[in-house]
Amino acid sequence: MASKRIGVYICHCGVNIAQNVRIDDLRAFAAGLPGVRVAQNYMYMCSEPGQEMIRKDIAENRLDRIVVVACSPRMHEPTFRNAMKSAGLNPYCLEMANIREQCAWVHKDADVATAKAKSLLAAAVTKVSLLEPLEEREVPVTKTAMVIGGGIAGIQAALDIADSGFKTYLVEKDASIGGHMMQLDKTFPTLDCSACILTPKMADIKNHPNIELLAYSEVTDVKGFVGNFKVTVKRKPRYIDENICNACGSCAKYCAIAIKDSFNAGLSKLQALHIPFPQAIPAAYVIDPLACRYTREGTCRQCEQVCKDLNAINLDMQEHSIELDVGTMIMATGFEPFDANRKPELGYGRYENVITGMEFERIVSASGPNQGQLLINGKKPKEVVFIQCVGSRDKTVGNEYCSRVCCMYTAKHAHLVREKLPDAKITIFYIDVRAFGKGYEEFYDRVKGEEVYYRRGNVSEVYRKGDKLICRGEDTLLGQALEVPADLVVLAVGLEPSPGARELGQLLKLSKSPDGFFLEGHPKLRPVETGSDGVFLAGCCQGPKDIPDTVAQAGAAAAKAIIPLAQGMVKTETMVARVRAEACRACGYCVDACPYDAIALGEVRLGRATKTAAVVNEVLCKSCGACSAVCLSGAIQQSGFTDDQLLAVIGAIGKEY
Amino acid sequence: MQDAYERCVYLERLGLFGCVQCGKCTAGCPINYVTTQEEPFNIRRLVYDVLNAPGEELASEKHFLWQCTTCGTCSLRCPKDIKPRDVVMNLRSILVEDGTLPPAIRDVLKSISINYNPWSLGKEKRAEWYKGLELKDASEAELCLYVGCTPAFDSRLQKLARSAVAILQKLGIDFGIFGTEEICCGNEIRRLGDTWSFDALREANTELFNGCENIRQVMTLSPHCWNTFRNEYPGLKAEVLHYSIFLARQLASGALKPAKEFAKRVVYHDPCFLGKQNEIYDEPRALLKSIPGIDFVEFDRNRENSLCCEGGGGRMWIEIEHAPERLANIRVRDAVEMGADVIAVACPFCLLTLEDAVKAMDLEGKVQVMDILEIINTTI
Ligand SMILES: Cc1cc2nc3c(=O)[nH]c(=O)nc-3n(C[C@H](O)[C@H](O)[C@H](O)COP(=O)(O)OP(=O)(O)OC[C@H]3O[C@@H](n4cnc5c(N)ncnc54)[C@H](O)[C@@H]3O)c2cc1C
Ligand code: SF4
Ligand code: SF4
Ligand code: SF4
Ligand code: SF4
Repeated sequence: MASKRIGVYICHCGVNIAQNVRIDDLRAFAAGLPGVRVAQNYMYMCSEPGQEMIRKDIAENRLDRIVVVACSPRMHEPTFRNAMKSAGLNPYCLEMANIREQCAWVHKDADVATAKAKSLLAAAVTKVSLLEPLEEREVPVTKTAMVIGGGIAGIQAALDIADSGFKTYLVEKDASIGGHMMQLDKTFPTLDCSACILTPKMADIKNHPNIELLAYSEVTDVKGFVGNFKVTVKRKPRYIDENICNACGSCAKYCAIAIKDSFNAGLSKLQALHIPFPQAIPAAYVIDPLACRYTREGTCRQCEQVCKDLNAINLDMQEHSIELDVGTMIMATGFEPFDANRKPELGYGRYENVITGMEFERIVSASGPNQGQLLINGKKPKEVVFIQCVGSRDKTVGNEYCSRVCCMYTAKHAHLVREKLPDAKITIFYIDVRAFGKGYEEFYDRVKGEEVYYRRGNVSEVYRKGDKLICRGEDTLLGQALEVPADLVVLAVGLEPSPGARELGQLLKLSKSPDGFFLEGHPKLRPVETGSDGVFLAGCCQGPKDIPDTVAQAGAAAAKAIIPLAQGMVKTETMVARVRAEACRACGYCVDACPYDAIALGEVRLGRATKTAAVVNEVLCKSCGACSAVCLSGAIQQSGFTDDQLLAVIGAIGKEY
Repeated sequence: MQDAYERCVYLERLGLFGCVQCGKCTAGCPINYVTTQEEPFNIRRLVYDVLNAPGEELASEKHFLWQCTTCGTCSLRCPKDIKPRDVVMNLRSILVEDGTLPPAIRDVLKSISINYNPWSLGKEKRAEWYKGLELKDASEAELCLYVGCTPAFDSRLQKLARSAVAILQKLGIDFGIFGTEEICCGNEIRRLGDTWSFDALREANTELFNGCENIRQVMTLSPHCWNTFRNEYPGLKAEVLHYSIFLARQLASGALKPAKEFAKRVVYHDPCFLGKQNEIYDEPRALLKSIPGIDFVEFDRNRENSLCCEGGGGRMWIEIEHAPERLANIRVRDAVEMGADVIAVACPFCLLTLEDAVKAMDLEGKVQVMDILEIINTTI
């Protein structure tokens, strides 16, 4: 092996590294290591002048290996690889030593930090000289996208992708798209009617030539990788052909089975055969098989008779699955309101006049069970109390986060009460008011001006006294406990991840942050990406947010999802597992170990003979290394992390310097 | 005065930095409920004060620390998982260490170190409750019946202990008692802040129980004893159960079958140390509901919302001054309004405080306080 010409670049990271690691010592040490031709230090290696330094040295000193001694490779490995590429060097001849997180930030003592930095640097130099140049490969992309979840996030993302000319599947688990926004009455801070601004977009989904809506459907399997996913979608039987049904509704009159109307938050009833709400898309009826007499007991079929002419009803419809090829995917599975039964002291489920924010939305909505009249047990409430932060900022229920919308929706609710009941006494218990968005503080001011009493402190318990409920909290500004009587108590329930998102996340190998929502690629710089290439996030599945943020994020996710489709090709993993067939004993351990189904046993040619050995599908391999760790014969090796390279690194770290 | 570093450790240990001053602790606190607006007992304010001033300085001024019943409502309601009640216990510890104690509390702690019980009574007096009963020694049986100090000494509560014996005998269960060798569990002592005496009691009890190889289970009459055995005795080998859990299991297995009618309207009062602190809500209810003829009703404030009776945390020995009304009175009045004949409890302290309230309100003919043990005993 010809001796390598190595350049070592030590970064100060401003003072982050330099204040605790002695850079000059380190540079002198590096210069003395075998193969090192250049050893330099610089204030910010990742800056353009820093990168230029590397490019210049490559040209002038014919360097063929680069070591950057700086921060975590997570952020800047691509930066330096690009710099090397533009200087004509194979970008995989790079090694990074992380002396910021692993030395400067964790050791108080400069001697200790510097000594450790030397070990890491020496190990990186040792490893870089053993690295082989690797080739990058590209494969063509299926120019189709899939959006999962048909709330405002999914609707917006699907429309944006479709508008840019790519075919888009929109998969929604419920019988209609619309999500939670469809259930809202007005929207803060501008008080637009929620349905009025949403239904045109829903109609666009239906009419868009590039969108195929798969409502009442769920994703059950995902195979493949960015550019070439194979997705299995289960289509649940609606029992009514959505392409034939014209939503005349004649059939529903004959269905005698009543179920809870989940669109109205369970506050009213509808038939087993129903349309979820009048503006539903697809504009077609559906039969709930858990309630329908025929699907449960095998008799009835009343409705079929009614629809004899169109013949849209088919009670023998079966569930079936379809397989779709897509290039990129967007998760938009949204949220679920916190279940207030989990805070028993607040009386939800015990007292009828304790309701959640979502129930309030339906009660005040003109399309709701009361046609918009604010009535509780048929009477107008005289005293209304709102309790904020229910199920949010609350470790006892495992939700440490702030749900971000409940302060504002409570202000909106108070405004709506004032509009409908000018004489009502309105009290809001809060811990902090978070009015962070554009126009939000102004809205909060306006609502306070409408004679709404904001009491700083939260309610500890709700109980009955005579025909009133008593909300007992402390006004912490006064330092006095307070008992506010109420005819109606509205709990500002927080937002939790949608329950179905968990299995879906597992299928797509998405990580979750501690709050349970999907984890973005980077909290600041990759907010809509995920750890799975080609899968993006939009809306409340990534964390609680309001509609403006949801729509903005959906647009961003769409733009990101379009990139690979527009490019037409995607790069595959480079540092893939490679098999030395002569050493492989075809035990298949690696096949079982690979979480990505990237390995199979197959016949391979060895000179003139053939033998059975492990074969890696390099397109599927994600470079996780699971296979090489289980291989007893050392036959399967991960490029860039071979046994030889790793043993040399361990040897180098073990030495005294 | 503590130095800054020690102070930080102290506050961090209590987790107080996370307090958002929401006031849920204060609003749920039963003692805030009964103290006056002019002189409120405000646990949220106390947390805030401790955050801003050294614990020691603070403790010396806070005579009201003895008002807390250690019911745990504040800790239960706190969204930030802070344990405000532990702040009270911590500050009490400082007072115990300094010896600046109200006389009644001093007597209790003195009695503990001399008699191993809080009631300033000699240990031979423990034999009173089982006079005339032929009972095995605990070391010879699989189940140890732990009666606890107050049921052993108090003439009203001795009936409770005897009911427990009667039930176990009717069920044919092999059980024993420690008799005069039984010593205080230390639950109230720890709540009074005397961690030193508590450690001694724990050691002595652990040795006593673990020394008897036969003992598989311990059944307590009081949820207070059960609480400390369950949560603060890491070295105990036997399984310790409050009687409501033990008997609910007997009920589920079919061994316990209340057969005689108890044709009364009964309302159940959740003891804090059983309910709020240890989440046992269903077992006592299952026992009551299994009784033929019973008209079981619920307080509006039940389970997690139950109202403390003011019997715990040392409040057996110390009275609050200026309290406009006792919580036990509110409880009794609510029961009478509901037309209840009996207030059922599952705790000796609740029994005493509620019975006192019934007497004080002259309602003796109207409503009766009974322990579930006594009720069950009349039905089998
Ligand atoms: C009471 C209340 C009032 C509010 N008021 C306002 C307001 O006034 N102004 C404002 O800006 N914001 C408001 N919000 C917030 C607003 O509701 C959200 O910002 C918005 O609904 C988020 O949209 P989304 O598409 O991300 O999620 P969602 O609306 O939850 O939509 C998710 C969709 O995905 C579907 N789905 C879930 N899992 C799957 C799966 N596995 N497969 C397929 N489909 C799936 C669901 O059925 C649903 O249709 C309010 C929220 C609440 C709770
Ligand atoms: S948005 Fe407001 S009400 Fe909602 S969790 Fe945050 S602070 Fe509480
Ligand atoms: S490195 Fe191995 S186990 Fe990991 S994805 Fe590639 S082939 Fe599969
Ligand atoms: S409940 Fe907890 S967070 Fe709220 S004021 Fe009390 S200690 Fe602080
Ligand atoms: S333990 Fe009970 S009495 Fe003591 S401060 Fe907390 S809520 Fe109040």
